[in-house]
Amino acid sequence: MTRYITRRAAYCALSLLLLSLTIFFFVRVTGDPAALLVEPGASAADIAAIHHRFGLDQPLWVQYGLFMWSLAHGDLGQSFYYQTPVIDLYLSRLPNSLMLAGVAMVFSLLIGIPSGILAAVRVGRFWDSAGKVFALLGLSLPSFWVGLVLILLFSVYLHWLPSSGAGTPLHLIMPAFALGWYFAAAHMRLTRSSMLDVLGSEYIKLARLKGLPEALVIAKHAFKNALIPVLTLAGINLVIMVNVAVVVETVFAWPGIGRLLYEGITFRDFPVVQGVVLLGGAMIVVVNLAIDILYAVIDPRIRLER
Amino acid sequence: MAREPLLRLENLSTHYISAQGTRVVRAVDEVSLSLNAGETLGIVGESGSGKSTLALTMLRVLPPAAHIVGGRILFEGEDLVAKSDADMREIRGKRIAMILQDPMASLNPLFTIGNQVAEPIQIHEKTPRSASWTRARELLKAVRIPSPETRVRQYPHEMSGGMRQRIVGAIGISCQPRLLIADEPTTSLDLTIQAQYLNLLRELQRAHGLALIFITHNLGIVAKMCDQLAVMYAGRVVESGSVSRIFNAPAHPYTRALLGSIPHMGDPQHRLTAIAGQPPDLAALPRGCSFAPRCPQAVDRCRIEAPPAFSIGEGRVARCWLAREVNTDRTTLAGAV
Repeated sequence: MTRYITRRAAYCALSLLLLSLTIFFFVRVTGDPAALLVEPGASAADIAAIHHRFGLDQPLWVQYGLFMWSLAHGDLGQSFYYQTPVIDLYLSRLPNSLMLAGVAMVFSLLIGIPSGILAAVRVGRFWDSAGKVFALLGLSLPSFWVGLVLILLFSVYLHWLPSSGAGTPLHLIMPAFALGWYFAAAHMRLTRSSMLDVLGSEYIKLARLKGLPEALVIAKHAFKNALIPVLTLAGINLVIMVNVAVVVETVFAWPGIGRLLYEGITFRDFPVVQGVVLLGGAMIVVVNLAIDILYAVIDPRIRLER
Repeated sequence: MAREPLLRLENLSTHYISAQGTRVVRAVDEVSLSLNAGETLGIVGESGSGKSTLALTMLRVLPPAAHIVGGRILFEGEDLVAKSDADMREIRGKRIAMILQDPMASLNPLFTIGNQVAEPIQIHEKTPRSASWTRARELLKAVRIPSPETRVRQYPHEMSGGMRQRIVGAIGISCQPRLLIADEPTTSLDLTIQAQYLNLLRELQRAHGLALIFITHNLGIVAKMCDQLAVMYAGRVVESGSVSRIFNAPAHPYTRALLGSIPHMGDPQHRLTAIAGQPPDLAALPRGCSFAPRCPQAVDRCRIEAPPAFSIGEGRVARCWLAREVNTDRTTLAGAV
């Protein structure tokens, strides 16, 4: 078990190193941040001064070295635009993103798992077909479109919900729905296929041959087995939700890290973009690691694996 | 007048019907069999001859596409085909139990052995958890699992194939059924383990007065284990009767061919005889006898008209025109003598 965890952790560190290289060089392809920080028509000297202040006048590999050096000391650098540490900006936005992702996840599981089980148990019949239509809509309607339709319906026509911003639980409903919509469909599809796999297995046949009521066959013998891949996906999706809510957060003006990333990109605020992407990457990697470990705890077969 | 058998199948048919109803596979067709309490019936046949479907039909645990389209399953005098689903659940695992062929896949990987062995006892006998776990430990001891106290807390992956199959056997006998159906229970075991397992099944049978149905393609196992034999071909029972009589004088050409395909140890000159041709497509059976295209003795009538089940004396039944003639000759002879 210890060897298993050590090996996984080493893979995680390698992935993060590659991510830091990629984002560092790619964000510098987007253009010169100084151009957005000075008055129009500023002199070349002014721009050079800004370059010097942010260290942008040094060779790329020196910049990367310095960035990694301070990162190793736990410093993500200062925002060009806000002039405050990136980590402070990030932490002030993170609770909002977590709340949004958490509610969206609960919503997606509450819809996805029961509908997936229903579709598998009634395979080929009405509820299965209804589930397929739902999954198709969920996976193919883009979240900005769902968001705009929601705003149109519930804010503009019905005046039930606030169209943007944060503050009350009511503010959360529409963004969480728009964000969770896609994931509900994804969870439903995986629950269905995983449940169908399990229902076709010999041990389910034996459970029926034992004379167990069908409800117990489904709830005990099939459900737990079918849930393993769904929980893995949900764990990864939670982290993805925190980090890909850029579009939804922009549509609903929700002050989370997705919007911070969006602002960072528009202002060419390199430290902000690097910080948000790296922290997001770290989160995904750590959750994957945690799931691998949890897997070993839930499924006794993995514990012995080297 | 003989006593009523424990199990009697009367013209039982199970067909797989495709969603549009256009394709019908006659997996089990007009099967009639009977089995007395405490006896062992062997069902042999090639893969796809309907043996497993027949077993699942008796317990009514069929895939959604399969339907019992006719006949009766009389178990202790009651027709199981007419039972409600709830009544069937009380019969499954309690009065009729079944052992599946793959021990590696028959146990749920996420629950302990104790949980899975105790489960039918809890369900059928409403026994509290601790009492049913005590029973589970006793059952593991009965199927020769060493140190049952620790084994009940272990998971299936911690056991060998032979052990798992004995555990599946323990689940089978957990509620003291009257009938145990074993579907090729030794196919995936080593030969030495096979012999052990067969002996164990025999002991359990004697100890509990079980009737056994043994589904296999191994005629050696039939000779060792069974009193009665039913030979299945293309969904039908082509010959049935006592094992010794069938082995001594098979009435159906297919049975003769099966017996001829057993390797002979002592005779290195003896060539193995294979049965020419392929089993027919169960969705498109020939008009006459379904074995006729492969039968070396087929006559014109065999290709036109399917033979009914002829009773050929001594409790034997054969679906073959020639078997009837052989039998007629015998009776004539007997009459002449």
